[in-house]
Amino acid sequence: MARLSAEAVAQARELMSLYPDSRSALVPICHLAQAEEGWLSPEVMEHIAELMGITPAEVLGTASFYEMLRTEPVGRYMVSVCTNIACLLNGAYELLEHAEERLAIGVGATTPDQMFSLEEAECIAFCDRAPCLQVNHRFFGSVDDERFDTLVEDLAAGRLDDDVPHHGVLSRVRRQGGLAVPAEQVRAERAEADRARAERAAAAQAERS
Amino acid sequence: MADTATAGPGGRPGNTETLSIVVDGRQVEARPGEMVIAAAERAGTYIPRFCYHPRMKPVGMCRMCLVEIRGPRGYSLQPACFVAVADGQEVRTTSDKVKKAQDGVLEFLLINHPLDCPVCDKGGECPLQDQTLAYGPGESRFVEEKRHFAKPIPISGLVDLDRERCIQCARCTRFADEHAGEPLINFIGRGDQLEVNTYPDHPFASYFSGNTVQICPVGALTAAPYRFRARPWDLEQVESTCTSCAVGCRVVVQSSSNRLTRYLGVDSDPVNQTWLCDKGRFDFEAVNSDDRVTHPLVRRGDELVEVSWDDALAAAAQGLAGVKHRGGPSAVGVIGGARLPNEDAYAWAKLAKGVLGTDSVDAQLGDGLPAEVVLGLPRATIDQACSADALVLLAPDLREELPVLFLRLREAAVERGVPVIELTAVPTAMTRYASASLTYGPGEVAALARALVAPETESAPAGDGEQPLDVARAILHRRDGQGPGADGDGVVVVLGRPSVAEADDMVDEAAAVLFGAWPEARFLPALRRSNVHGALDMGLAPGILPGRVGLDEARAWYTAAWGAVPEERGLDTAGMLSAAAEKRIEALVLLGADPLTDFPDRQLAQRGMAGATFVVAVDAFLNESSGQADVVLPAAMYAERSGTTTNVEGRISRLGQKVVGPGVTRPDWMIAAELAARLGGDLGMDTVDAVWDEIERVAPSHAGITRRLIGDPHAADGIVAPMPRVPVRLAVGTGRPGGAAPVHAGATDTGAGATQPAPGPIDPMATPGIGAIESQGIPNIAGAPPTANGEVPGIPSDVPADAGPAPRAGPPETQLPVAGPSQPGALEVGPPDVPSSADRPALVRFTPAKPRSVPAPDSYALRLVARHRLYDHGTLVQACPSLAPLAPSPGLRANPYDLDRLGVQTGGRVRVRGREALEMGVLADTDVPRGVAVIDLDLADDGAEDLIDSGRTVNDVRLETL
Repeated sequence: MARLSAEAVAQARELMSLYPDSRSALVPICHLAQAEEGWLSPEVMEHIAELMGITPAEVLGTASFYEMLRTEPVGRYMVSVCTNIACLLNGAYELLEHAEERLAIGVGATTPDQMFSLEEAECIAFCDRAPCLQVNHRFFGSVDDERFDTLVEDLAAGRLDDDVPHHGVLSRVRRQGGLAVPAEQVRAERAEADRARAERAAAAQAERS
Repeated sequence: MADTATAGPGGRPGNTETLSIVVDGRQVEARPGEMVIAAAERAGTYIPRFCYHPRMKPVGMCRMCLVEIRGPRGYSLQPACFVAVADGQEVRTTSDKVKKAQDGVLEFLLINHPLDCPVCDKGGECPLQDQTLAYGPGESRFVEEKRHFAKPIPISGLVDLDRERCIQCARCTRFADEHAGEPLINFIGRGDQLEVNTYPDHPFASYFSGNTVQICPVGALTAAPYRFRARPWDLEQVESTCTSCAVGCRVVVQSSSNRLTRYLGVDSDPVNQTWLCDKGRFDFEAVNSDDRVTHPLVRRGDELVEVSWDDALAAAAQGLAGVKHRGGPSAVGVIGGARLPNEDAYAWAKLAKGVLGTDSVDAQLGDGLPAEVVLGLPRATIDQACSADALVLLAPDLREELPVLFLRLREAAVERGVPVIELTAVPTAMTRYASASLTYGPGEVAALARALVAPETESAPAGDGEQPLDVARAILHRRDGQGPGADGDGVVVVLGRPSVAEADDMVDEAAAVLFGAWPEARFLPALRRSNVHGALDMGLAPGILPGRVGLDEARAWYTAAWGAVPEERGLDTAGMLSAAAEKRIEALVLLGADPLTDFPDRQLAQRGMAGATFVVAVDAFLNESSGQADVVLPAAMYAERSGTTTNVEGRISRLGQKVVGPGVTRPDWMIAAELAARLGGDLGMDTVDAVWDEIERVAPSHAGITRRLIGDPHAADGIVAPMPRVPVRLAVGTGRPGGAAPVHAGATDTGAGATQPAPGPIDPMATPGIGAIESQGIPNIAGAPPTANGEVPGIPSDVPADAGPAPRAGPPETQLPVAGPSQPGALEVGPPDVPSSADRPALVRFTPAKPRSVPAPDSYALRLVARHRLYDHGTLVQACPSLAPLAPSPGLRANPYDLDRLGVQTGGRVRVRGREALEMGVLADTDVPRGVAVIDLDLADDGAEDLIDSGRTVNDVRLETL
C-alpha cells in the first residue's frame, strides 16, 4: 500500500473542514487512515502530511504519542483484551494467557499469517460483561476460553465479516450523511461566542476600574 | 510606524504603560502582558529556566522557573514563564518551597541525562550544568538504569542529535515551527521514550537549523563543524557583524589558537533578534580554509608565482599606469567590492576615481539594481517593514538571498498580521504567508505594479473580490483607518532583483510606478551581496561618489576633497565587460569578484576577461577569474580586519577582528593605499580609523556618524545612515556580550574607550555560549576581565544592593550572572552637527530610467526566470566543507503542462536553446506558471549562465527533445 484511497482522501477533506483549524483533524484522519491497513505506514503518514499541509514529522509526532495509533504493522484483527480491575477480577489474565496460547503469540505480536495481533488494553467500558475484549474496536463480553476459540475461528473463517470490519475504525470518525453542523455555522457560532466573551471581559474590566 | 530606536526586547514599541508587582518583597515595575520571569529579570531577580526563551512564546514545559505567586488561596507554585504580570501581584522566588521545587525539577531532569559533560561540547557553557550547580539538589536518588539511544545521530549535514542529553524543553522544535516555519523536527513518542527527531529519512534541511544548536540548553544538538573543536574556556570572542549577506546580523566571532571556531547570533533587536542562517553561521570555514591565497602572486608565463608585496604592488602599479598612459583613465575598470568593509570600499573608490581617474567602477555583477535606485529611494528599516500597514514584496526569494530578513518578515506576517502583498514571477518561501501573491510574467512587473496602484475609482471590481489583485487592492484601500495612506504612508516596499534573466530596468520601471503613486512609501533594498550597500554608499558604482551623491553634483566637493574626480560617467559591470571585449577597457581590477562564475551572462564575461590585457585581482581565493589574473593581491577576510559594514537598511555596524590572516594577507584599504602611493597618489590613510574619520568628514550621507558614536555601546546595533532629522534615543537591549569593550577595540583605537557604560548584561540561558565565554573564556586584549565571582562586568553601580539573587547555599562562584536593568541610560542621536555648506552636494534622488519595450512572449518559448540559491557553487560556499555538499543539484523547472508537450518528465533531459544551446535535466513543478522556465544560477557546472544575454530585457528559451 502506498497512499490513502480516494474515498479516505475525500473523508479526510471533510474532516478537515469541520474544524476552525484544519490541523485539529489530524487524529481522526490518522484513525481513518488506519482503517485501511491497520497501521500508519511511512507512505501513509507522508500522504496525510501532504493532504493537511504539515510536515511528516508532525504527523509522526502525533501518531507516536497515542497508543491507539500504530506505527508498526498489525494483523487484520487487533484483539484487545481488557485487564483493568473488573475484568481482572473476572479472570482477564487467565483469558489473556489462553489467548496467547491459542494464537501462539505473545502480547504485542502478530500471527505469522498476519491475521491476529494481540494486545492488553485498559478499561474499554464493558465492565458489566467482564472479562471483555475488543476486536477492531468491536465489543465481545463475558469471554471465556471456549468463546474465545470460537471467536477466533469465526473471525478466521470470515463468518463475522459483517460485524467486525478488517482494520476497524472508531465509529465516530466515519460520519454518515454529511456534516452534522455546516462548517459555516460552526465558524459563525464561534465568532459569536468570541465576541460575547470579549464583551463580558470588557464589562468586567470596566467594572473593576 | 514604530519608532525603531526605542523598541526594546520584550516590550512592544510605543507601549509605555507600566504596572507594579512585588518580587521578593520589592516593588518592581512591569509591562502589561509580559511574563513574571521577564519582569523579574529586568528588575534584577534571575529566575532559573530552560524552556523559556525571550524570543519565543512560552510553553511552561520544563518547570524550572516555578515560583510562588499569591492567589486567592494564598501562595502557590506556578511557572514564572507562563504567568502574565498583574498589578499588585506578589511573587516569591527564593522561599523554601521554591527551593524544594527547583531541587525536585533538577533531580527529575537529571534522571535520564547521561552526565557525560567531559565529552560534551556544551560542557562549560551549559545551562543545565550551570543551573544544576546554582540551584540543584547536589545529589540524585535515582539508582535505576538511564534510558539509552544511539548517539549521536546526524539529523542534517550540519546538526548532530544526542537524544540522551535532551531535557525536552522544546526550544528547538518551537524554533523550527514558530520562527523558521519548517517543523521538520518534532517530539516523537511519549513518556520516558519521548525524543526529538526528524521524520525518518527526512533530514532537518532548514536554512536555520544552526539556531537550534545555539539555543539548546544542553548538549543534545551540536553543530558538526564545531563538534569537539574547542572548549568554551579556551575560546575568545569579539562582537561583529555577519557579512555573508546584506542583512547585517550581529554575531560574536569566537576563536581558539588563531582559528575561528564558530559564530553565535547576538540578540540585536532591530536586526537579527538572535537568529542567524546556516550559511552565515558556518561560513567561517572559508576563512580557515587551506585554499586561501596567502602571498602575492604575479604571472610569469602560464604560472602564478609567489613574490613579495613590493614586487606585486610594483607590477600592479606598472600595469595600471601603463594602461592609463596608453588609453586614458577610462581604459581601467574596477569590478567588485561588495566583499569589502566600508573603509576599504572608500579607499578603493578614492583610488579608482581620485587617483586612477576612472568612473568605471561597479560593486555589483549585473545581478543587482542601479545605484541610483538603491540610494535614491527613501529607505525603510527592517523594523519599519515589520510594522508596515502594507508590505509589498518585489524581490527574489528572500529565504534564499537574505534569510534572516525572511525570518523577520515572516514573523511580522504570521505573528503581527502585517499584510504582505507579493509581486513575483514564481512562488517563493513568502508566498504561503502573503495575503496576496500576484504573479506576473517575466517582463510584465511594471504593468502589474500599475494595476496595483491604480486609483480606486478606476478599479471596477474585476472579479468576485477574491482574486489576489482584488485582495491586494483591498488592503491598500482599507477604510477603517488601519490601512496605509493614499500617498503610500505606511507602505514598505522590499525592492530587489527577482530574476537576473530580466534586465534591471524592469524593476526600475516598477519602482518608478510605485514611488510615483506612493511618494510617502519607503523602500527596503534587497540586494544580497555582503556589503554591497556599503560599497554603493562609498561610491563603488558608476556615476556615484562616496556619501550617496552623484558624480556631477559632487564634482566640486570631491575635487576639493580628493584633488580630482573622473570627467565623465563610467560603465557598469556589463558595460565594462563589453568594453573590455572591444578593447576599449584594457585593465580590469577584480575586487573579490569572480565574473566568470558570478556574472549572469557567461559569454560576455568570458569575452570581457579574454579582452582585458591586464587583470589585477584582490582576492582571498584563486577562483576562475582571479586564477587568470596577472597580479593577485591576497586580501584579509572577515574577522581578520576591523572596520564597519552597512546592511540593507543603511545601518552601519562594526566588524570585529578576531584572528590574524594567513601568510602576508592585508586588508583591502591598505592594498589600495599602497597601490596609490606607487601610482603617484596619496590616499592619506594610515589606519582604518583614519579612513572612517575621512568618510565622516567627506561623505554627505555619513556626516555626524563619528567613530565615537559608532563605538558607543548604545550604538552596538549600528547607526542608520544618514543621521535622523529629529533626535532618536538608542537603548541597549540584552542578549549581547556585556563587556565594556567596544567591538573592535582590540584591534584599533576607536576613541570610544572603556569608560562608556556597558550594554545590558546577557541572559546566559537565552544565548548559552556568549555569556559563558565572556565570563570564563580568554579575555579580549582590551576587554574588561570578568570579576572574581564570575559576574558580568559593567552592571551599573546604581542598581540597588538587593537587586541580585538572594544569597544561596553554595560557593559564590555558582551564582549566575544577574541580568540588571536593560537600559543603563540611553543615547540620543540627532541631526549631524555639521556646518552647512553651499558646496555640500545633495544626496542622490531616484530618477527612473527610460522604460524599454519588452518583446511579446513567443508561444513556443518559455520565459526565463534565473534566481540565486543560498548554497551555490560560489567561492565562499565551496570553501566551506560543511556547506559545499548542501548546494542543490541544478536543473530547469517548468510547469508539467509545458513539459508534457515535449513528452518529458521529471528527471528527463532536454536541449535548452537560449543564447547558447545546452542539455539540462528538467523538473516538473506545478508551482511554476505555464510559459515560464526557472533556472538556478551558479550551481554545478550546468552552464545556466550561458543561456542569458544580459543585454536583453527578457530572455526566452526553447526546449527541444534530445
